[in-house]
Amino acid sequence: MSPSAKPKLAIFGAASCGGCDVAIVNIHEHIVDVANAFDIVLWPTVMDGKYSDIEALADGEIAVTLVSGSMRTDETIHLARLLRRKSQFMVSFGSCAGEGCIPGLANLSSRQEILDTAFSTPSTDNPEGLRPSWEFGAAEGVLHLPEFEPLLRTLDQVVDVDYTIPGCPPESGQIWAALEAVVKALNGTGPLPPKGSVLGAGESTVCDECGRKRDVKKIGRFVRIQQVAEIDPELCLLEQGLPCNGPATRSGCGALCPAASAPCIGCYGAAPGVIDYGARLMSAFASVVDATEPAEIDRVLDGIADPVGQFYRFSLAGSLLRSGRSAWQSDGE
Amino acid sequence: MSVQTAIASETTGTVSQATTFEPVIIGFTCNWCSYRAADLAGTARTKYPPNVRLIRLMCSGRLDPTFVLKAFAEGADAVLLTGCHPGECHYIEQNYKALRRYRLLRRTLEGMGIEPARIQLVWASAAEGVRLAGEIARVTEEVRALGPLNWPKDLLAEVDGVDLEAAWAATGGDSGDPPPESDANPDAASEATR
Repeated sequence: MSPSAKPKLAIFGAASCGGCDVAIVNIHEHIVDVANAFDIVLWPTVMDGKYSDIEALADGEIAVTLVSGSMRTDETIHLARLLRRKSQFMVSFGSCAGEGCIPGLANLSSRQEILDTAFSTPSTDNPEGLRPSWEFGAAEGVLHLPEFEPLLRTLDQVVDVDYTIPGCPPESGQIWAALEAVVKALNGTGPLPPKGSVLGAGESTVCDECGRKRDVKKIGRFVRIQQVAEIDPELCLLEQGLPCNGPATRSGCGALCPAASAPCIGCYGAAPGVIDYGARLMSAFASVVDATEPAEIDRVLDGIADPVGQFYRFSLAGSLLRSGRSAWQSDGE
Repeated sequence: MSVQTAIASETTGTVSQATTFEPVIIGFTCNWCSYRAADLAGTARTKYPPNVRLIRLMCSGRLDPTFVLKAFAEGADAVLLTGCHPGECHYIEQNYKALRRYRLLRRTLEGMGIEPARIQLVWASAAEGVRLAGEIARVTEEVRALGPLNWPKDLLAEVDGVDLEAAWAATGGDSGDPPPESDANPDAASEATR
């Protein structure tokens, strides 16, 4: 089979850490199967590729595009739209593309506050107070930098998405399972998953996959993991007062963190049927607090030091409110 | 302002537009106590501000925090939760869950910049129509003093046509001009070509 006869695959990282690319490589020998099955036309992390090559393709010529990373600059939004047009299937790959992930927490701050933090802290060596500007007049002509958008957006807030693979990063075994399903569908040897499907994940919660013993949940105090001298290796972490996000989080990871005595932080995103991840988790936590008096309830809730970070660590940009107020309203107004 | 100008502007509606802000408050009531209290207030012709839109649930324990977030995201200025007094829940202890969810929600929303006074909890028995009406009036005035929340509808819009740049400029943010819209001729967007 000549390379051009193979279906084309593009892998694009927008605002991301690169961990999703590492996770793809981490499918080990299956990466050879991927190279056999696909002609990889774009994967900036791994190989050279030009955006102009993508622009030269016909619409829909790319079979599958995986986008990992969220939409932070006009460049990533432009690329996402370009790849959407050139692709049959657009896959939102990983937590950043799906729900904003850690970069999405920047939606708690205004663009000004973000730039202040990056360029004007006491530890920053920036005597001239330089700030990035989207246009720069160089001797050779005017150069343009990607414009920093006021808000970070998820991929599906910018383009139409066919499939979603959750996880920060997606587990390698799950990546291969999802790619295999798409390969089979393209060969005609397997069914095409319905549009909008979540691939490479379970249909339940992390609690369902977790092997820990569950008893009656009555939480008299929430503690941070560094405040606990010893963690019971068998009992549910939430019952031990550790804020574990398992009840609201989609299964598929194999409950790796609770198995290692670390609370789930929610990287697989919202469980099926959940509209707002944080709302579901707040509901779950509040239900099991063992207190009925307001003062006593507040004492227990004081154990959750950073509620927004706890409930929206991975999902703020994809939540109902999508941001904090200061992201769209200047302070003092 | 003379009386005549006041009357003149009243008839054209300019005064009321400029000076009164009518908050939109979404109120959740429980079937057994607070909804009956609101009903009683109506039967007794007790007046309360029309700013609150009441939604009946079977129990305050049915209140999913999602409902509150959705109300704010879609333009509510405040959310009022109501239920049976502690110890009087028709479903034994669900109003305590509502109380805990309310206290947790307030903390989270405060972290996102929504003032705690925009989410309030009021207990009202079926006999407390007058008291509930008074509480609705109090909450309405508190929210009126806070001003509109105006959570941008743009944030809910799905794809193209979302003018976040204009929303940003309207808040007096930094003056960096937005780049030219490259989508009109996407294939020629050479600045993104590497």
